[in-house]
Amino acid sequence: MRTFPAEESAALGGPAWLSNRRAAAFERLVGISPPTDEAEVWRYSPIGRLDLDAYRPVAAPEHGAALDGALALADEFGAGPRAIVHNGRIALLERRGLPEQVVFAAASSLETEPSGFGEVVGRDDFFVALNDSFTPDAITLEVPARVTLDEPVVIVHWCDGGTGDGPAPTTLLRSLTRVGEDAEARVIEVIAGPADAGPGLVVPVGEMVVGDRGRLSYVMVQDLSHDTWHLARLGATVGRDGTLKSFTAGLGGAYDRCRVDAAAVGQGSSTELTTVYLGSGDQIHDVRTLQDHVAGKTTSDLLCKGAVAERSRSIYTGLIRVRNGAARSDAMQTNHNLVLDASAHADSVPNLDIEENDVRCSHASSVGPVDEDQRYYLESRGISPDRAERLIVLGFFDDIVERSPVPSAAGPLRRRIGQRLAGLLGRGGESDG
Amino acid sequence: MTATGTLKVSDLHAEAGGAEILHGVDLEVAPGEVHVVMGPNGSGKSTLAHALMGRPGTTVTAGSITIDGTELAGLPSWRRARAGLYLALQHPIEVPGVRLEAVLTEALRETDGDAGRVASSLDAEADAIGFDRRFLDRALNVDLSGGERKRNEILQMGVLRPRFAVLDEIDSGLDIDALRSVARRVELATSEWGLGVLAVTHFRRLLQELRADRVHVMVGGRIVAEGGPELADELDTSGYGAYSA
Repeated sequence: MRTFPAEESAALGGPAWLSNRRAAAFERLVGISPPTDEAEVWRYSPIGRLDLDAYRPVAAPEHGAALDGALALADEFGAGPRAIVHNGRIALLERRGLPEQVVFAAASSLETEPSGFGEVVGRDDFFVALNDSFTPDAITLEVPARVTLDEPVVIVHWCDGGTGDGPAPTTLLRSLTRVGEDAEARVIEVIAGPADAGPGLVVPVGEMVVGDRGRLSYVMVQDLSHDTWHLARLGATVGRDGTLKSFTAGLGGAYDRCRVDAAAVGQGSSTELTTVYLGSGDQIHDVRTLQDHVAGKTTSDLLCKGAVAERSRSIYTGLIRVRNGAARSDAMQTNHNLVLDASAHADSVPNLDIEENDVRCSHASSVGPVDEDQRYYLESRGISPDRAERLIVLGFFDDIVERSPVPSAAGPLRRRIGQRLAGLLGRGGESDG
Repeated sequence: MTATGTLKVSDLHAEAGGAEILHGVDLEVAPGEVHVVMGPNGSGKSTLAHALMGRPGTTVTAGSITIDGTELAGLPSWRRARAGLYLALQHPIEVPGVRLEAVLTEALRETDGDAGRVASSLDAEADAIGFDRRFLDRALNVDLSGGERKRNEILQMGVLRPRFAVLDEIDSGLDIDALRSVARRVELATSEWGLGVLAVTHFRRLLQELRADRVHVMVGGRIVAEGGPELADELDTSGYGAYSA
């Protein structure tokens, strides 16, 4: 850990609990080997190419002009409470009418450690330990019992990225969202930076705890530069009859890894995980999900859809686990991959681990080019092949974007995907003259 | 508006799945006429429909398909559609995320340039055949029943106003009331803009609802008998067996 020394961790400061937490994490970190692609959870990934000596913790930024871009992003996704996090430091936090009893704060401003911090994602993962050791701060949102937030909370993480000189910046992002009994919240996290940012590493860790009968809708949009590695880890636990609806979108990144573990721990709870990705150039999108049924009568529904163009590739790995005691659970897992160019590639790896008899599990997956029958159907209406393909691919994405559990995220997502696709489809020119 | 050219199919041979299915089919449909091709399962009716529309995998190996003298046989399906041909599919498929209105707007934008009328004619066409207007906002055929999908094919035909429509088993999946309203819409189109119709079926039921000018019997990839609607009555007593190739 030459470029991630203990002194840098210690220098991050903050309240005693946070400093102590980082110090303990650093001790842990030096005892964990960085992962290789031989580990099952990193299969098919390029993680073996990551040389941490080429990175270092990102420096504290001058907020300045970067804030304008971040604020514009926040406005695009919602008009309610917001936070701007710049290189991992909270640059702005506006409550905008949040009920008084709701905690929405920088962790560094809290006198005691927020309850549940670190408990969802555990302690044995290398990148979680790296995050624990070097995250400058964290956004905490705690919605007490029986409180419903009217507006979605928007958190924009702005990451400056590298210039190409010296070790590349590593930005450690952290959030903790707790929704109490019978409470309800909607949260959008946007992870972005300058489109032309040079090499960098962004490691977000997000934890969600949903209480009994609580309801959390969560959206994460990653739109970093195509030179940035993004290694995200999201974890959630849902209490009795509670509901989590999570939606993650992977647009940017050189290697974009998004792992979402959702545990239905209370009887009758449900999780709905939706994830979308779009690859072009040499991008790699790697989506890994866990639908973990801990208690009985729980339901989970996963839908992952994405497209790879040019030389990009994607990996979807999903595990449905129904633990002993989770009888009468119902799990669905669906993964559809569009392969838009012959040089692109998609892998789909569904897995089941069922320890109960009385359960329903189903999964479906597909990998391939635009469906011939759909194309013929549209062409039989007089639509040229280029335009038919464009309609079908845009529809493929529209179909999933409209499932965003926070509606205000759908428009911005549709725009970004539409812009990307405009440059990727019909490059053969208009052959319909 | 009354069109003048005919849809003419001459000595059409077509292959699907590596085997010749159509062994020389001749048909001629004038504007405003309704022709019905009847035949048992496996007689080549659906292959005829797809050979006319140009489905990939169905290859015309000899013969010709013309509208108004323009040869269609070598053209991709979208060019055939622009020449005025329409196919109502036997099994209309779902196209997730692609709204009906977007498809029709795109189709009209490229043909007659009057895409602006899509929204208003959608409502009118939906009402004409009892297609629930709520379905108009859905992605193409997504979460529609088999019968609703069939109506949707006729609805699209009404908006696009092709010169000739091939209806592949339009009667299957429709209950009698739905079939009746679909048949009325098709008949009206024959006078409204001179639509020529080639309906393919293996049930005589269609002929009880759709007034046909000509009936053709297809067996073993050939037209083996032709006549007026009374031909269907003969089929009812003698069956297709009398025509076995």
